[in-house]
Amino acid sequence: MENITSAIRIIPLEHYLFLCLALFSIGVIGVLFRRNTIVILMCIEMMLNSVNLLLAAFSSYRSDPSGQVFVFFIMVVAAAEVAVGLSILVMMKRNVDSIDINLLNKLKD
Amino acid sequence: MFQNSWLILLFPLLGFVITGIFSKKLTGKTSGIIASLMVLASFIYSATLFFQLKQITNSAISVDLFNWINSGKLSISFGFLIDPLSVTMMMIITGVGFLIHLFSMGYMHHDERVNTYFSQLNLFVFSMLLLVMSSNYLLMFVGWEGVGLCSYLLIGFWYKKNAFNNAARKAFIMNRIGDLGFIIGLIAIFTTFHSLDFNTVFSQSSHFISGEAIITFITLMLFVGAIGKSAKIPLFTWLPDAMAGPTPVSALIHAATMVTAGIYLVVRSSSLFVLAPITMDVILVVGVTTALVAAIIAVLQNDIKKVLAYSTVSQLGIMFIALGLGAFSSSLFHVTTHAFFKALLFLGAGSIIHSLQGQQDIRLMGGIRKSMPITFITFFIAVLAISGIPPFSGFFSKDEILAAAFHSSPIVWGLTVITSMLTSFYMFRLLFLVFYGSYRGDSKTFGKIHESPKIMTIPLIILAILAFAGGFLNIPVMFGGTENFATFLKPSITFFNDYNFEIPNHLNEILLALGVLLLIIVTIFVSWYIFVKKSVLPVSDSTNRGIISKFIYRKFYFDEIYNFFIIKPYQWFAEKFTSFIETNIIDSIINGIGSIVVFVGNKARLIQNGNIGFYMFVMIIAMISMIAGIIWLK
Repeated sequence: MENITSAIRIIPLEHYLFLCLALFSIGVIGVLFRRNTIVILMCIEMMLNSVNLLLAAFSSYRSDPSGQVFVFFIMVVAAAEVAVGLSILVMMKRNVDSIDINLLNKLKD
Repeated sequence: MFQNSWLILLFPLLGFVITGIFSKKLTGKTSGIIASLMVLASFIYSATLFFQLKQITNSAISVDLFNWINSGKLSISFGFLIDPLSVTMMMIITGVGFLIHLFSMGYMHHDERVNTYFSQLNLFVFSMLLLVMSSNYLLMFVGWEGVGLCSYLLIGFWYKKNAFNNAARKAFIMNRIGDLGFIIGLIAIFTTFHSLDFNTVFSQSSHFISGEAIITFITLMLFVGAIGKSAKIPLFTWLPDAMAGPTPVSALIHAATMVTAGIYLVVRSSSLFVLAPITMDVILVVGVTTALVAAIIAVLQNDIKKVLAYSTVSQLGIMFIALGLGAFSSSLFHVTTHAFFKALLFLGAGSIIHSLQGQQDIRLMGGIRKSMPITFITFFIAVLAISGIPPFSGFFSKDEILAAAFHSSPIVWGLTVITSMLTSFYMFRLLFLVFYGSYRGDSKTFGKIHESPKIMTIPLIILAILAFAGGFLNIPVMFGGTENFATFLKPSITFFNDYNFEIPNHLNEILLALGVLLLIIVTIFVSWYIFVKKSVLPVSDSTNRGIISKFIYRKFYFDEIYNFFIIKPYQWFAEKFTSFIETNIIDSIINGIGSIVVFVGNKARLIQNGNIGFYMFVMIIAMISMIAGIIWLK
């Protein structure tokens, strides 16, 4: 354990921050502008994992393991969420024979 | 025993809840039995309280159940005041109430809503008991409103007939006018005494001198409440209309109990009223006018219940005369005897109406004394009692009032005597027209006339005994009595300092009573001569009447005057308000708000284009700007 923590600390904290910011922004932009629902789901995962990475980094730098415990919880929730999301996706494919998110605009009426 | 006096209230309330909730399931007979038993239980408890109260010397017991309202300076406890006055009223209410419940079981058995009837009757008994038992004005007001509500419900009991609904509404609205006075009185009492509790208010009232303006104002306002509830001029017109309800209701609510609430209020507040001579004069004038006017109207009425209704108004007027004279216990004594004989008269009328299949016009009755002997005899006793023939109860109570009137002013005495003579005239007119002569109604119904069943005649007999013997409760000193009733009530009542409780010269008093008696007997003879010997019948409605006769027959045009001066202008205003303010101002405001909303909605719905990406874009922009805002603010 000790050596993992020290290994994480080799890289300065700012690098983690910038990496995670970049990952998160890519995720946001993907969610906003992609039309493929699978890609959108992947982008959401990317956003979640960028936060996970940040949590792990902070937890090492502050020598507080609870941040890493959080990461596990988030992973579990994310897995459940993906299961739900993918099943919705399957239903969507069956019903409208497409996975284009812009086809789901019935809320308008 | 005294601590648990709330049980008296609980029984009728329970009866109300049970018969009300299970009104779909119970048979009429069961609910009648339940309701009657509940009132009987209350009566037994009240009687026990009465005997216990007689034994103790300090005869005013306050029972505080819990602190009811606590707000700023206002602190009101939910409590009862058990003293001779309230116990007397409780016994009248539950005793007469029980008999009327019994009678109702026979009278209403064919009605389809008999369970509702009994539950409302029990609710009435509950509210009336609350009115007389409460230890402060506010709780009394709750009961006061409760009896008003029950009166409304029961007058309009046969709600399918629109005229009955109108009568119920009229009673309610007329009572509201009085209630407004009562409320103003309550507020004035609170601002003056900083309490609504009877004991506190009355003990503080001794700090005020006689004739002080605020006390006069308070008592006048309370008296306005009494005017409404006790059907005095100018608010008396609801009581004759209230006869639309079932006859036992008229007996219980509009003769024996509710209409005497006004008298109870005045007697209860006697320590305030004695400080306001102006109010006492107003009461006296209103009482005399009402007694006389109602008695005159009653002479020409042709509906058996209307005659009794006007007679009630007139008798209530006599009670108010006694109040105005300061003879509080005499007034309450008349309340008691009146409860007996007037309930008996109404129940007798109910028995007749029941037997004649709903016929109420005395022009279409006559000669039924043979077929209804018990009703006839009991009715006769009641008529003797109300006319003031000794030794029937009415003689004693009326004689006391007459003596008090003679003591203070011969004019009041003279007018009261005239009222008494009119009373005996129209009561005997009623008796002769209904029971003597030959039957004038439909010959088909004549064969069906029958004596009422036992459940109805037994209450009549008991009430007849009470109407006969009720006077012996308070045998005046001049006949060697001890005035038990007045002595018992004395602790609850404050008298004028100069009010002479005992009139020294008994010989004068006896001569006076004999003189009045002679006049009344002459009146009865005149009535007999007109209606039996000459068998004069009241003219039918189509005949032209003389001016005076018409004036009296149309009840002094009271209803027409109210119609012209109050209802018509009110309707005119209502008309104008609907056609102008409603359509032009209120409608345009409401419609304007509506069209603004529609306009904004039409514009705003374009934002919602159904594109999920766009929604999320907006969401993220919003989040970013929020975060930016927070950071910037720091």
